[in-house]
Amino acid sequence: MNKHVIPQAEEPLKQNNHQDNHLENIRDFEIQDYLRLDLFPHFMCPGCGHGIALRALLWAIHIQGIDKNKLAIVSGIGCSGRVGTYIDANTYHTTHGRPLAFATGLKMARPDLHVVVITGDGDCLAIGGNHLIHAARRNLDITCIMLNNEIYGMTGGQVSPTTPHDRFTTTTPAGNIEPVFDASRLAEAAGAGFVGREVTIHVPRLRDLISEGLDYKGFSFIEVMSDCTEINGRKNDLGSSSEMVLGQTRNMRPNEYDNNVVDHPFRPNSLNTGVFVKSDRPEYGASYRDMVDGIQKKQKGH
Amino acid sequence: MTGQASQNTLNSQDAINIQGNHACALGAVAAGCRFYAGYPITPSSEVAERLASALPEVGGVFIQMEDEIASIAATLGASMGGVKAMTATSGPGFSLKQENLGYGMGAQIPCVVVNVMRGGPSTGMPTRPSQGDLMQARWGTHGDHPVIALTPGSVEEIYTQTARAFALSEQLRIPVLVLFDESLGHLVETICLPDVTEYENTVRKWASGKPEDYQPYRPDADGVAPMARPGDGYRVHTTGLTVSESGFPTQKSIEVDRAMKRLFNKMEINKDLIESFEDVECEDADVVIVALGIVGRAARKAVRELRAEGLKVGLFRPITLWPFPTETFRKLTKKTKNFVVAEMNSGQMILEIGAAKQGKQTVSGLNRYDGDPISPSQIINAVKEVLDHE
Repeated sequence: MNKHVIPQAEEPLKQNNHQDNHLENIRDFEIQDYLRLDLFPHFMCPGCGHGIALRALLWAIHIQGIDKNKLAIVSGIGCSGRVGTYIDANTYHTTHGRPLAFATGLKMARPDLHVVVITGDGDCLAIGGNHLIHAARRNLDITCIMLNNEIYGMTGGQVSPTTPHDRFTTTTPAGNIEPVFDASRLAEAAGAGFVGREVTIHVPRLRDLISEGLDYKGFSFIEVMSDCTEINGRKNDLGSSSEMVLGQTRNMRPNEYDNNVVDHPFRPNSLNTGVFVKSDRPEYGASYRDMVDGIQKKQKGH
Repeated sequence: MTGQASQNTLNSQDAINIQGNHACALGAVAAGCRFYAGYPITPSSEVAERLASALPEVGGVFIQMEDEIASIAATLGASMGGVKAMTATSGPGFSLKQENLGYGMGAQIPCVVVNVMRGGPSTGMPTRPSQGDLMQARWGTHGDHPVIALTPGSVEEIYTQTARAFALSEQLRIPVLVLFDESLGHLVETICLPDVTEYENTVRKWASGKPEDYQPYRPDADGVAPMARPGDGYRVHTTGLTVSESGFPTQKSIEVDRAMKRLFNKMEINKDLIESFEDVECEDADVVIVALGIVGRAARKAVRELRAEGLKVGLFRPITLWPFPTETFRKLTKKTKNFVVAEMNSGQMILEIGAAKQGKQTVSGLNRYDGDPISPSQIINAVKEVLDHE
């Protein structure tokens, strides 16, 4: 029966010690080293924040010294789902809403891989909402990057669970009347070991947040406020893409998560950023392997 | 073995009393399954329960997921990582799994999906047997797709066919379905677990050679492309979109055509490997009963009794239901005048027999969907009725 084994639960490979080489790694990052350049030009619209988020992610991966061969990018469907395709790694473009469930199987079967999920507000909070809360509850060592552009972009601009109040979309022609999800609060409430939010205008801070999430042993949920200029911005007269990105700084209250009392549990317009949660909850994969060791020792002991 | 003999990894010589669902679990472990993700559902939960104790013993992973969709997604995720993986469910759960099942078929990811069939539609009768999901197994997921579905007819066969499902799945890079009904799942029989080393040793072809020369969907002569294991340096893309040989999406008609042909060619090339059936005295039979699963057992008894009365009756029992072994069926039943298709649904397999019949052969159905299995006497009566009408 020993022919079929789950690979050793070794620490995922890193090429170097990021703490020693942190600054050097920030400086010597070349995005081309992490991209499938033959797939360019990419699909993203002018002004889309997803490209900025992709750059921040790849930069963070570089800082962490993660081996591309041991990196698995799992994504779902939508604009966020296509982003992973450009990464020169093991990339899995799965079904709508399910990347966290695919990633759970992959990480449990291959604890030696770094598993990063790239998902969107529709993918992660609507069709895949159940998987988010349970991935957070288990606290399996997966880094989940949720690109929140507050719209279903790929399908042409329908309302999403994070579309702000009154916003016009193709399915809210009279303005959105539904309250929005605060994804970070949801992840926190469900038990995610690491939760943070950042905006695309602050690339170094976004990079460092993702880097910290990648380094965290457990489920890290990172919400990236990413502007959809073409489909969301145009329809709502939100200005040019640069105006939209600059607008991200308005009403921001960095690191003061709990002061946002007015709109608990919902977040109509203003947002805050930073690391909201970093706990020492047990990581699910390690707990599982401890249990297996115990069972196997008991068997041999008799 | 230094430790206590586990109840989950038994020797082939041991005669044991075992339930169909447990035999399914042990067949999986014996075939090298090291990952199971599932969600509780009657009447298949015992498959999960047995694996919850069996898999940790062999260092495997058992995980109860948040829903049926997550279960097959995690199963596919584990398989993408290179581990033999399975999920099991029943009717409503099988419906929920269909989209990701299609992902596995399109992206060619091996896995085994067990469906312990219960009465339907909808919630139906959770604790009653049915064969209502035969056509769902064939066409449940959207789009054109190949499928392999195995339909064991005894507890022992559940063990061997579950193990075989892994071998077929690995060899052909396709999800393989195992269908049996509630009565077989909960049936306890005394069996000696057969040797399934051959199935255990069957693993998928892994990519080798230079990564720059590797094309993830370029098939070998057997119609199957070697798969890249993450971590081995190939860094490929896997997607549910229609892809060219490179693994990246395409909408060029010539490449899409090739992509679809890749899915079907491997089935055609490996037809003999996939096909399996039981034939009981079909050659000279005037009437051939077509039945599968638990109904096959009733039909076998009916054949014995009818033969004892001097009537020329045979049985064709597909073990591989999909793809249906039409050519073999036609060869075996060349001289047959009538078919009686006995099934625990309102008429699903009969559609396949209607398409397979030749010349003036007649086809009649014996259908039961009241939550009880079809009895031998019902089959005997149905055969006699057909003969009376001749």
